[in-house]
Amino acid sequence: MSVADAGALAPARRAPFRSPADAALSAAIAGALAWLAWKVVRWAVLDATWSGDGIEACHARGGACWAFVRDKARLILFGTYPYEEQWRAALATALVIALFAATSVPRLRRPALAWAWLASAGVVVALMRGRGAGLAYVDTSRWGGLPLTLVLATVGLALAFPLGVALALARTSGLFVPRLLATTYVELVRGVPLVTVLFMASVMFPLFLPSGWNLDKLLRAQAGIVLFAAAYLAEVVRGGLQTVARGQLEAAAALGLGYLGTMRFVVLPQALGAVVPPLVNTAIGLFKDTSLVVVIGLLDLTNAAKLAMSDPRWLGAVVEGYVFIGTIYFLFCFTLSKLSRSLERSRAHA
Amino acid sequence: MPEATPPSEPPIIVVTDLHKWFGAQHVLRGVSLEVARGETVVVCGPSGSGKSTFIRCLNHLEEHDRGTIMVDGITLDRDVRHLQAVRREVGMVFQQFNLFPHLTVLENLTLAPVRVRKTKPVAAERQALALLDRVQLADHAAKYPAQLSGGQQQRVAIARSLCMLPKIMLFDEPTSALDPEMIQEVLDVMTELAREGLTMVVVTHEMGFARAVAHRVAFMDQGELVEVAPPAQFFGAPQSERAREFLGHLLRADGGGRGGA
Ligand SMILES: Nc1ncnc2c1ncn2[C@@H]1O[C@H](COP(=O)(O)OP(=O)(O)O)[C@@H](O)[C@H]1O
Ligand SMILES: [Mg+2]
Repeated sequence: MSVADAGALAPARRAPFRSPADAALSAAIAGALAWLAWKVVRWAVLDATWSGDGIEACHARGGACWAFVRDKARLILFGTYPYEEQWRAALATALVIALFAATSVPRLRRPALAWAWLASAGVVVALMRGRGAGLAYVDTSRWGGLPLTLVLATVGLALAFPLGVALALARTSGLFVPRLLATTYVELVRGVPLVTVLFMASVMFPLFLPSGWNLDKLLRAQAGIVLFAAAYLAEVVRGGLQTVARGQLEAAAALGLGYLGTMRFVVLPQALGAVVPPLVNTAIGLFKDTSLVVVIGLLDLTNAAKLAMSDPRWLGAVVEGYVFIGTIYFLFCFTLSKLSRSLERSRAHA
Repeated sequence: MPEATPPSEPPIIVVTDLHKWFGAQHVLRGVSLEVARGETVVVCGPSGSGKSTFIRCLNHLEEHDRGTIMVDGITLDRDVRHLQAVRREVGMVFQQFNLFPHLTVLENLTLAPVRVRKTKPVAAERQALALLDRVQLADHAAKYPAQLSGGQQQRVAIARSLCMLPKIMLFDEPTSALDPEMIQEVLDVMTELAREGLTMVVVTHEMGFARAVAHRVAFMDQGELVEVAPPAQFFGAPQSERAREFLGHLLRADGGGRGGA
């Protein structure tokens, strides 16, 4: 693959100063970047205010008001989770981050890691929710900030992925009814914005439940996200299925593999491998889209930051708030895209 | 040349009056053929005459519309158990190899034994390595298919089929996608299998192979088996006008056939 890369990118990798025009352009771009970098450094570091207990403290210097982030970090990171119990939310977050980190190391991607993810899901819920093990009970309606975002996105993907694969298989199967159902589902869900799905999940799920039952808000949001993401993932997987040559199915059939065996061992590994970039793209999109849970009143990372910004003491510290959460989102999404590249590399044999 | 089983033993493949349509196109028009245990039958004929369709019917990669196919006493019908039983006994090698590109050579060989026959992985690997050794590819077990030449890939594909211990092997133009210098290495493996008494149905235009290895040659044209005869008779004195014409074309195109005769 490196040969092809080099070929495609060869013009861009020429020395930057080959002709006078090249040189002038390069110098102009370098100059503009340097100017921009200087502006950013001045705002973010040199003119920044690091401590204080109100926006006024920052006005004098004119730079970034990091005092706001310092003051509100715990509200932004953990939302309205009870202040004294926030160590639990922090621990849960650290656990998920550690697992993400482990997953991005190719050597560690083995079955044990999948079990670790599964076990951690239980640990995270136990930590966050409490009750038992000497931990005070914290209702899911008070979960918020980064752990909420991580739970919604991670569980969302973990459940949407198998559902998406099943939908894609149904849609490409020769069976009329499954194909019709899967196609209808995917087209319906894709035609509707996530906000609408979340809103419907919040309003409509209770209608289907026996009276007296109440599905909590977080679960409703989670279900909405899973159902929504599955439709998108299904289309990505379907694209992958189409890349698998017919001869592969025939060879598998001739060897006596049945439908499930053929899909599991022959078709899906190739199909999924072929669509790693768009799969990760969808995952990243979903990660960011979780902020839409605000429509049903959940306080994820973005909405916790908005709440912090609305404090009268800190009115106007908007850029700082968004830079802070933007950096957090970026770190996760960037890790995901690194993961995508490493997955592609590890299957790029020959 | 080894003798095919004496006629007293029932044939392992019995095809009677086979018909197949693709839409309105009548592709197989009443094909009947019996193959004895241990026999090698070469099927040849012009392109589009239905050779592939015919042998793909034998392991039900294509469904036939009329007539009967019986493989080792099992009738191929809509019953899934019959289909599975037949597929266990019949291996197939394709023109395009169809190896699994995401698996190593060794994994290609062990997948079906482990997943279909439920062989223990260790035993399956031992058997796979032995078969790779037979096709002289033991050194390549850890490679991926894309790292092998066409001839090597086709030999892996043959070994992969043999791993299922089939009683019958079907070959659909196994050397047509190969560079000329790789054809012989594949034919050599096939020759050895035939000599060992494996039942084989081979679609090929390698007339040297047909002469030297086949017990009978079946000539197909426009969905019919026009002539079925031992190679000496088929090449020496073809009975039908169509076979004579076909052989004439082939000899002119090929300069007398490849391989020894
Ligand atoms: N899947 C298919 N759908 C429609 N027509 C087909 C299909 N496969 C083969 N045919 C047609 O059936 C005829 C016989 O094909 P085939 O068995 O591949 O011939 P051969 O192998 O002798 O070249 C050809 O006319 C071909 O176009
Ligand atoms: Mg053919």
